[in-house]
Amino acid sequence: MSCCHSSRRDFLTLLAGSTGAFALANLPGAVFAAVPGDRRLVVVLLRGAMDGLAAVPPVGDRLYAEKRGSIALQPPGAAGGAIALDKYFALNPGLAALAPYYPKGELLIVHASGNGYHSRSHFDAQDLMETGLAEMHGQSDGWLNRALSLLQRGDTRLGLAVGGSVPLLLRGPVQVASWEPEGFQATDGDFIAALGPLYANDPLLGPALKEGIKAQSFSSAVLGDDTGKGGMGFGPNAFKPLAEAAGKLLAAPQGPRIAALDMGGWDTHVNQGAETGRLAQNFQGFAEGIDAMAQAMGPAWDDTVLVAVTEFGRTVAVNGNNGTDHGTASALFVMGGRVKGGRVAGDWPGLDRLQDDRDLRVAVDSRTVMKGILRDHFGLDPDLLGSRVFPDTAGLKPFDGLIRA
Amino acid sequence: MHLMTAPADLNAVLAVTRFGFAARAGELGQISSDPRGWALRQLQAQPVSLPADLPASSTMVALMLEQRRDKDMTDRKASEEQIKAVYLAELEARIRAAAETDAPLLERLTHFWSNHFTVSGFRPFVRGFAGAFEREAIRPHVTGRFSDMLLAAERHPAMLLYLDNAESIGPDSQAGIRRGKGINENLGRETLELHTLGVNGGYTQNDVEALARILTGWSVARLDSPDAGNFQFYPQLHEPGPKRLLGLTYNDDGYDEGVAALTNLARHPATSRHIATKLARHFIADDPPPETVAHIADVFHQTGGDLKAVTASVINSDSVWAQPFGKFRTPDDLVTASCRASGFAPPGPMLAQSLKELNQLPFYAPSPAGWPDDAASWVSPESVLRRAQWCETFANRLPNPPDPVEIADASLGEALHADTLEAIRRAPSRRDGLALLFASPEFQRR
Repeated sequence: MSCCHSSRRDFLTLLAGSTGAFALANLPGAVFAAVPGDRRLVVVLLRGAMDGLAAVPPVGDRLYAEKRGSIALQPPGAAGGAIALDKYFALNPGLAALAPYYPKGELLIVHASGNGYHSRSHFDAQDLMETGLAEMHGQSDGWLNRALSLLQRGDTRLGLAVGGSVPLLLRGPVQVASWEPEGFQATDGDFIAALGPLYANDPLLGPALKEGIKAQSFSSAVLGDDTGKGGMGFGPNAFKPLAEAAGKLLAAPQGPRIAALDMGGWDTHVNQGAETGRLAQNFQGFAEGIDAMAQAMGPAWDDTVLVAVTEFGRTVAVNGNNGTDHGTASALFVMGGRVKGGRVAGDWPGLDRLQDDRDLRVAVDSRTVMKGILRDHFGLDPDLLGSRVFPDTAGLKPFDGLIRA
Repeated sequence: MHLMTAPADLNAVLAVTRFGFAARAGELGQISSDPRGWALRQLQAQPVSLPADLPASSTMVALMLEQRRDKDMTDRKASEEQIKAVYLAELEARIRAAAETDAPLLERLTHFWSNHFTVSGFRPFVRGFAGAFEREAIRPHVTGRFSDMLLAAERHPAMLLYLDNAESIGPDSQAGIRRGKGINENLGRETLELHTLGVNGGYTQNDVEALARILTGWSVARLDSPDAGNFQFYPQLHEPGPKRLLGLTYNDDGYDEGVAALTNLARHPATSRHIATKLARHFIADDPPPETVAHIADVFHQTGGDLKAVTASVINSDSVWAQPFGKFRTPDDLVTASCRASGFAPPGPMLAQSLKELNQLPFYAPSPAGWPDDAASWVSPESVLRRAQWCETFANRLPNPPDPVEIADASLGEALHADTLEAIRRAPSRRDGLALLFASPEFQRR
């Protein structure tokens, strides 16, 4: 069939605000006007509630092994154990690809972070993570778009959403671009996994889905996951092609300076595993994606701050399915050449006094981190950050010392 | 999270999925007191208004005739771009109409009849006006008379070009004698086999040839005509003399021979059965109850193919209400239903990409028989996985994802299975929840 497609289906979609008016354009740099400054900001939204205690285990906390039970990681030094960051904190072995960034000072962890939100609904919490508000107000624009409105100085194409849709984070009056790879995008193995039980008793769909998954696993085992059709894959490996593509786009001299990406697969209610297993695989997909992005950016990485944030953390204790349920505080990653890293920041609240007797307490409001980045990386006025970007947060002081002078 | 609308009657869900595509927010509540009446009332509804800038088929036919005449590659490239743009605009208008109309039954009927009278871009020449064919030959007649639709379809330039009748020449016509050319029986055969009597409708090869002879001269006005690109009857191509079709003799009467033959075919009992079977298969089940088919056929026959009465007989048949979710959605149906339920119809290029990957690109059916209308043709391991992935992709593309629990309740109401609702509630994001809804066994069916 030869109709209706440009031969190049990688496309860049220009969105007029949040109205969803799409138009085709060619990739990539030509459509972006020159942007003041070379500093880049990447926000990765880890949807589904990433387990911060699994990502950056407090192996030095005397209660750690006891409270985490079967999902506690082996300490650094043990075979396949966690990777030491300092005497107290370690990195999940799945995140090994990020470990080299720590001694270089390009990886900062802000632990026990979260927002001021205490219900445990994914939908609401993700909305708040993206709107930057403390309560649901039906807000339809994101804090990053509001930050763009202060940054744009006449340029309206500074922002890039990677992955086909513009997240609430980047939605708003400022026009942004979006990019997605060829083919259907299925970023989240959890989706197919969640579909399994719904199809299980369906005489038509059940057997077909089972066979389809088998066939797909076979072809990806044969072809590998980097067949140039990254968007067709699902599970942890789907993130890397997106991240790498984002890195290339951000590296272009005339390319975007701000990007937002999504990664799912974090809602580990069942069999999350420890050093290995489902969550470790997701960490690996994330870490290798970020590493690929950094490599693709080349020297532009030196001008970059990347922040990866999730909507909330997970229960300290393991549940009845060797998984964890919705919790409160998690950890966030701040990376890039501009970051004053090589440390775990924040005041560790400990595992002895838990939120509602089950969750890690929030020690750092993640919005203070975002404010600190926007102030020190882009020079935005803290007063505007407290009124325009994160309304009614004048009392939340920007987190100091995140960015190299 | 609580359900925002009162639980609607299962019949309301059945009505909106069978006689429409999917319920928009609030729609189930509006129709739950009288789902059958809701379906029936649409037969009196005003047709949807489509974008006024979609070009007439004659414009696009003329463009293709010019392209064929001019070998200049730059012009060709420009006309290819134009064809592509028109295709995407037609596709978007079609899905948008179905997603937004208050009378979705008319859109479903349009899709059904357009598939019955397939014109496919598999013949590249007709790509630019397959959409216009649907607007010009199908839409005006979906609640009119079958004989009028049949005539409009067979004399439409798109059909005449797609099934080669534009080139068919009576061997004893002026042109036939001069050029030594003959008939092309393609349209004659498909009219009997697909459009009217059906493959077991009792016709012979002689009947195929007779109808082809009757239809000689039915063609398209050439570029030098003021009517370029429109239907034109060319007497000099028409086979002279009487023709015998299905036991009736048609005396030499030029264009009117064809009109008479098609009118007779439209009221043939085999046509009643063939159409009734297809309608019942589309609206009720892959294997519809024979007594329901017989009843619809009776109504077709007794009303002389009044499609308003025929469609009403489908709506009023008990079996349509007795077997909920007996039909598996085709990909086009799934995409349209998802757009309608979510309130978002993506732009043409995205729709084309989706439907191409799902193997049902509208106006590109693989053969004149159209797209299959049974689950067995659409369910395979690859296709089920692909559909699931499409659901996720679509949910990820929604510019402003609504609450999945509310949309699930609004679109499936009573038919929403507890396990599906629970899975949607537990989904790690709105988009995941919506993807699960669209991929759920309930939403995949109608």
